[in-house]
Amino acid sequence: MNTNTMSFKTKQFLMFAGVTTFIFCAVVIVPFVYGLYLTFTSWDGVSATKPFVGMANYASTFADADFWKALARTAVYSVISVILVNVVAFILAFLVTSGVKGQNFFRAGFFVPNLIGGIVLGYIWKFVFNRALVALGTSLSVGALSTSWLATTSGAMFCLIIVSVWQYAGYMMLIYVAGFMSVSNDVIEAAKIDGCTNMQTIVHISVPLMVSSFVQCLFLTITRCFMVYDVNLSLTKGEPFNSSVMAAMHVYNTAFTYKDYGTGQAEALILFIVCAVVGVLQVYIGKKAEVSA
Amino acid sequence: METLNERAARNAKIAAVLKIILLVILFICFIFPFVLVVINVFKVKADITSDPLALIGAHGFTFDNFPNAMNKMNFWRSFANSACITIFSTIFTLLLSAMTAYVIVRNKWKACGALFGLMIASMVIPFQVLMIPLVSLYGGLLGVLNHRATLIFMHVGFSLSMATFMFHGAINTNVPIALEEAAKIDGCNRWQTFWKIVFPLLKPTIATVAIIDAMAFWNDYLLPSLVLAKKELYTIPIATQVFYGTYSTDIGLVMAALLLAMLPILILYVFLQRYIVEGVTSGAVK
Repeated sequence: MNTNTMSFKTKQFLMFAGVTTFIFCAVVIVPFVYGLYLTFTSWDGVSATKPFVGMANYASTFADADFWKALARTAVYSVISVILVNVVAFILAFLVTSGVKGQNFFRAGFFVPNLIGGIVLGYIWKFVFNRALVALGTSLSVGALSTSWLATTSGAMFCLIIVSVWQYAGYMMLIYVAGFMSVSNDVIEAAKIDGCTNMQTIVHISVPLMVSSFVQCLFLTITRCFMVYDVNLSLTKGEPFNSSVMAAMHVYNTAFTYKDYGTGQAEALILFIVCAVVGVLQVYIGKKAEVSA
Repeated sequence: METLNERAARNAKIAAVLKIILLVILFICFIFPFVLVVINVFKVKADITSDPLALIGAHGFTFDNFPNAMNKMNFWRSFANSACITIFSTIFTLLLSAMTAYVIVRNKWKACGALFGLMIASMVIPFQVLMIPLVSLYGGLLGVLNHRATLIFMHVGFSLSMATFMFHGAINTNVPIALEEAAKIDGCNRWQTFWKIVFPLLKPTIATVAIIDAMAFWNDYLLPSLVLAKKELYTIPIATQVFYGTYSTDIGLVMAALLLAMLPILILYVFLQRYIVEGVTSGAVK
């Protein structure tokens, strides 16, 4: 059988990858390109025609103060969350690899929040912030706890950050655990013999050898935080006074609540570009810092 | 007078105890919200409102919250929907992406390179960029929203890139080409070689991809909420969200609903814990 003919190749390709190509194009490629087209139309989601409006959607995006506020808020939220998630995750990973009893149990336990969807997590924490902490504050008469943090503008942001840290720290911990395990014992022992304290071994030996873990975790947390939606919806719903509407929720509202699909899509694209630039830049800088033992 | 060795041993002991204490404190912080849900689910509404931190309410235990919440959120129907969507999406993703990765790895054709390149590039696109055109295309143009099959189709479409990428790596490193050549000499064609030789060798990757994708499908909210607007099609996350919107003041019911929404995956975790932790780690590190 001749396996070098065009018809053989086409048949083989279609047999193995035909369905994949079709579904992938139908769900990802076509909508992406169609989305670019949508940004030049003013579609309301109902009418059959999609009037061409040129750059008007981009103009209204740039004029939409709420969008830029939401984007700035998302940036602040992301920076704080990303730092805290990674600090907590790194400490957890250090603790569960230091040879204490039951470390597998702890690993499994810290990972539990990742098993559950953001919607459910948000409602659980809403109960914690609105009821449990308030009850605790009242019974101990601690002023800062006796009203719900979710009711104040800065408090709601703070709550979102707490929940994100709690949600992602366990997942990132697993990646850092893998990083800690990849550092060979020989190097650690050599450092100890040369007189390094535990702290020095971590800072000067483990951390530089784990740069790829940091790059990985930072990329994952940055992209997830920038696109936060589920927890935002169930925990704060953008309240109070729209002070906790993150960029993704703003995009959703513009498109599906105010039926301005063109502007919504333009805003989604801008959000995507910002997120991609930050993520890729971080990976680029991180790769340069990688060393090998 | 203690010797230097004794002092070092004592310091190490103190450090170990401190680590355990810190771990336990952190652990309590991590599971505190879940514990709170569990203790409040057995209380009547008045007891939860008066003291959510008490272990047992003044009115004693009650099991009424569960059946009530189950009825009101139509738990078994949403459970069946979620299960059906998760299982079919996972199976299709596994089969299709393994086949695609195989043809891409073993052939240097232009079409393979183009498809793989597009898939890798598409992995950076967040769902929010695609959701509006998706609703516009599938809702407005084709009118196929509100079918489980449509959601499965989209789930598969979104997860194919990552899965193909992972199988690509696995076939490259774990499947010796000599084995395939032997199968060819024995008379297998490509299709048979793949299913009889290559696919069984991919078991570890199949497990990883299945765990990561199944968890993502089960917990996904945004895409299902856009595709499934009919009550009888709700998945568990949508049902929870709708339930909360309606009964948010009936806090005992809410607790039961939240616990019900978590239980299936927590039960699974108890049995498959090792595989899930390993799968997620190896999936992320790739």
